[in-house]
Amino acid sequence: MKPFSYARPADVAEAVRTVATEPGAVFLGGGTNLVDHLKLGVARPELVVDVRRLTSRAVVDLEDGGLRIGAAVTNAELAADRRVRERYPVLAQALLSGATGQLRNMATTGGNPLQRTRCVYFQDVTTACNKREPGSGCTAVGGSTRNHAILGTPGVLPDPTAAETCIATHPSDMAVALAALDALVHVQGPAGERLVPFPELHRLPDDDPSRDTVLEHGELITAIDLPPLAAGARSAYRKVRDRASYAFALVSVAAVVPGDGEIRLALGGVAHKPWRARRAEEILRGAPLTEHAVRGAMEAELTAAQPQPGVDGGNGFKIPLVQRTVVATVRDLALEA
Amino acid sequence: MDAEISLTVDGVPRRLTVDTRTTLLDALRERLGNPSPKKGCDHGQCGACTVLLDGDRALSCLALAVAHDGAEITTADGLAAGGELHPVQQAFIDRDAFQCGYCTPGQICSAVGLLDEVRRGWPSSATPDLGAAPDLSHAEVAERMSGNLCRCAAYVNIVPAVQQAGGAGGSGRGTGR
Repeated sequence: MKPFSYARPADVAEAVRTVATEPGAVFLGGGTNLVDHLKLGVARPELVVDVRRLTSRAVVDLEDGGLRIGAAVTNAELAADRRVRERYPVLAQALLSGATGQLRNMATTGGNPLQRTRCVYFQDVTTACNKREPGSGCTAVGGSTRNHAILGTPGVLPDPTAAETCIATHPSDMAVALAALDALVHVQGPAGERLVPFPELHRLPDDDPSRDTVLEHGELITAIDLPPLAAGARSAYRKVRDRASYAFALVSVAAVVPGDGEIRLALGGVAHKPWRARRAEEILRGAPLTEHAVRGAMEAELTAAQPQPGVDGGNGFKIPLVQRTVVATVRDLALEA
Repeated sequence: MDAEISLTVDGVPRRLTVDTRTTLLDALRERLGNPSPKKGCDHGQCGACTVLLDGDRALSCLALAVAHDGAEITTADGLAAGGELHPVQQAFIDRDAFQCGYCTPGQICSAVGLLDEVRRGWPSSATPDLGAAPDLSHAEVAERMSGNLCRCAAYVNIVPAVQQAGGAGGSGRGTGR
């Protein structure tokens, strides 16, 4: 592991200032992803700035009926919170479907959405990867693509030598639920605070796959707000994976039915970011949520899907899989009504 | 870069100087002579390094020692107070819940943490009703122990051992259900 300096600033403002002025600095939260990357050589910071004890570790009620989650609240604490379990089951279920008891005790609210892709080529410093080393190319194209994207990619078999090529997926379950809940992210930066709607936090690779989110260097997540949901609102998270526990999603679905004729759908395991199925949402607006309607809406959503071939058989299976998972999730929610 | 830190390990206060790169696991094993937590994968995938960190189960291989200055750590070695085995340790013996034993200290710390989480009413993804108090069914224990791998595959006896230690009786050695 490359040597690094360690700092534990007195407050958020000092932490932000420290990282913003040092290009080689990174924030350390629960460490479950960063410490692994230090060992693998994926992350090679000069300075590690520990913020785990600087932000709130409380979940507080907001006046509008929502909740504010401090960035230091652990994934385990958040999933166990009575208010989250009762009012935002999609979030509790997403958190509990991720990682393990030990990891959920360490991982934080601010850190979880900022974890990096589990693309095996990103994590293997001997291979070309535009996300890890901009401009080096993409080894995933035509490689093992079972865990890779079908939406928001530059095409089927994109040019592996092009600097913008990246077919990685975002691995967080929590982030998929927060995207469907239209959560709001409090971000502290050198220029002050700003609010980022959760569905806009993560980005597609576009011309710079090295950037997972819209956050600038030095910007820190300090809290995440959950907007209020009406009393009759329903929500659920469903995850499909290669084994029953402790595996990342092949596909996952967060569905929120707020009770005003709308449905909000976010998909995991299919894109570089939690994928809001806006087209399907639009088609289903005001319509009865029958299996037929949901299947049709997802068919429309997935017309843009680009399955990647691969030495492992590729990931075309994700198209019917995510469609069926959405249908099953919405059907179960309708049965609850 | 070196840093001086304090840790309380199995009830004993310790002071030591560590390189900032040192994990809690390496500090315990290599610096403080406590080989109870094991280095399996060293990447957070196997659970062999599990300890109780300020009371909660955590992976010592993914924790930087310098970031846990002042922490209270309990390893499997420190669970036997006054020479008496912890109920989870006794249950692992009663139920023959290990073979080679390498993963066992991590399994035991994880089980102790799990039972505490269940007592606090924390749900898991195997909990049928998020609003109800979780029990110690086979599905619950298996899900909650999924972060601890056992290459001997002693799982069929680990689950009843955890159930026994939790007062759920378990369902007999080797039945697995």
